[in-house]
Amino acid sequence: MAGPINWFSQIVSITKFGLLSIPQRRGAVVATVIGIAGVVTVLVGVLSIAAGFRQAMTVSGSPDGAIVLRSGADSEMVSGFGRDETRVIADAPGVARTAQGPLASAELFVIINLPKRSTGTDANVPLRGVEPAALLVRDNLKIIQGRMFDWGKDEVIVGRGAAREFAGLEVGSKIKVGRYEWPVAGIFSAGGGVAESEIWTDAKVLQDAYNRGDSFQSVSVRLNSPGAFQQFKDSLTSNPQLNVKVVRQSEYYIEQSETITRLITTLGFLIAFLMAIGAVFGALNTMYSAVAARTREIATLRALGFGSSAVVVSLMLESLLLALVGGVIGGGQAYFAFNNFHTSTMNWQSFSQIAFAFKVTPELLVRGIVWSALIGLIGGLFPAIRAARLPIAAALREL
Amino acid sequence: MNENQSNNGALVRVENVEKIFHRGSEDIHVLADLHLQVPAGEFLALMGPSGSGKSTLLNLIGGLDRPTRGLVTVAGERLDQLSDHRLAAWRARHVGFVFQLYNLMPVLTAERNVELPLLLTHLSKAERMKHVDAALAVVGLSHRAKHYPRTLSGGEQQRVGIARGIVTDPTLLLCDEPTGDLDRKAGNEILDLLQALNREHGKTIIMVTHDPHASARATRTVYLDKGQLSNEPVK
Repeated sequence: MAGPINWFSQIVSITKFGLLSIPQRRGAVVATVIGIAGVVTVLVGVLSIAAGFRQAMTVSGSPDGAIVLRSGADSEMVSGFGRDETRVIADAPGVARTAQGPLASAELFVIINLPKRSTGTDANVPLRGVEPAALLVRDNLKIIQGRMFDWGKDEVIVGRGAAREFAGLEVGSKIKVGRYEWPVAGIFSAGGGVAESEIWTDAKVLQDAYNRGDSFQSVSVRLNSPGAFQQFKDSLTSNPQLNVKVVRQSEYYIEQSETITRLITTLGFLIAFLMAIGAVFGALNTMYSAVAARTREIATLRALGFGSSAVVVSLMLESLLLALVGGVIGGGQAYFAFNNFHTSTMNWQSFSQIAFAFKVTPELLVRGIVWSALIGLIGGLFPAIRAARLPIAAALREL
Repeated sequence: MNENQSNNGALVRVENVEKIFHRGSEDIHVLADLHLQVPAGEFLALMGPSGSGKSTLLNLIGGLDRPTRGLVTVAGERLDQLSDHRLAAWRARHVGFVFQLYNLMPVLTAERNVELPLLLTHLSKAERMKHVDAALAVVGLSHRAKHYPRTLSGGEQQRVGIARGIVTDPTLLLCDEPTGDLDRKAGNEILDLLQALNREHGKTIIMVTHDPHASARATRTVYLDKGQLSNEPVK
């Protein structure tokens, strides 16, 4: 009599009665749904910061790009090369070439202070000195406003992320670099990558302004193909003239984003976990009150022959459904409130600001929904067990 | 305990049943060494003062509770030998319940309430509705099939409750104070209905009541006091 089909239809029936009775207890139900939506909004919102940051860093690296630093350096800040070394690197096997020479840009990296538009306070902004090949070494680099700076002139171009986040970076305005004031010749985009947070100028001009002689901090190269990396790396690391570290661009930027991504992710999970505990209690309260309000109804169904396991599953299903509604609302809120929200933050590896946009990815939305489902299941479990254990005879007479 | 029916012919057999409830450290003896036999086709009224254990006995016969000691056998099935799961299935097949407070689902119409026990069978939707229509016709409520309980009078709600109790054509109909919440007129209509079910449809009915008017409609009345049955009212 009570086969699996029958059991399934019992669950459907009891769940339906529960859902139909929601209008009678809508206050508690709405509070629970809002609570769970809040958890999911915060979780997805905070994690979208990490996702956006990571995305900004990872799109920066092309698969056939490599960056060379001094051995032991974690970032360009603590790296350094002389002109001769950069030439050896540029001429290494595996580096792509054009008629103008190898696609290698020896670069200089300094930090200047500029006021943030949002707060007016000074923040560290990276100023990169590049060589002509820099535009070809990186993917998707485009001047979107104004023009390229003239080589050998005191001019800069500004990444569009930096232009958005910091004041005084419009085309035609001047920025203060050491003792000098340099005009902004143009604004460039870099496919949303980390270069968009930077200001670029001619490496030679920057060397002079900062009295760096003929030294650089890194060399970025474009290889013949992604597969040429190993050959390139081996030739440099085995060269006794050099003491270098060779990494793929993509790996370098992922490494650069690790500290901040981990910090934001940990913080996001911590906040969401604490909120989730609150939401579980909300769900527990709702489902306990649902069981209390329906004690006689549940006892009647059980007297008629509905099984206790069907009661447990139905109540958990009801809790799960309410939680999923909260999850979907929370995910939607996070998406509309945070997706592509532009901001900037400190990249602790380079001690400079990175402009990026929050990214509410499908994976984060799924994660939010999974969290809401867990909250619903935990919140529904104990009230469901209580309902199944109700002594039928006594519960039938409850008012 | 002067049972006249032979053991073999009884539909319901209650033997040496004892029921003890535990409240904290206190043991409350509700039924003690109780015997009862109910033959098929009987309309038995179970009377007694409040707290005498009438409803407890009814719950034991209906498989809603288990005795502390003793045996309850219905239609040859020993209820103590059934697991909770199988007991639930047994109730669905053999017992129709009628409650004092009707116990209808407020979110369902009369016909959907009546259909509830049929959801536990393998009947198709069309077959279920045929049974529902027949049960509502028996209780004279076909015209109120689409009404929700809140729009029905107490008497009508109880009739829906009875229709739900008989829709699966159970072996036994157990009524716990079926007129306890109704006025005299509505109560009489319910008793007329139960009497007709017993006489015309041969339903075996056990009815708990404290109302002599109600028990007068039964074919036999037994009295429960201090956990014991007798054929005479308790003085």
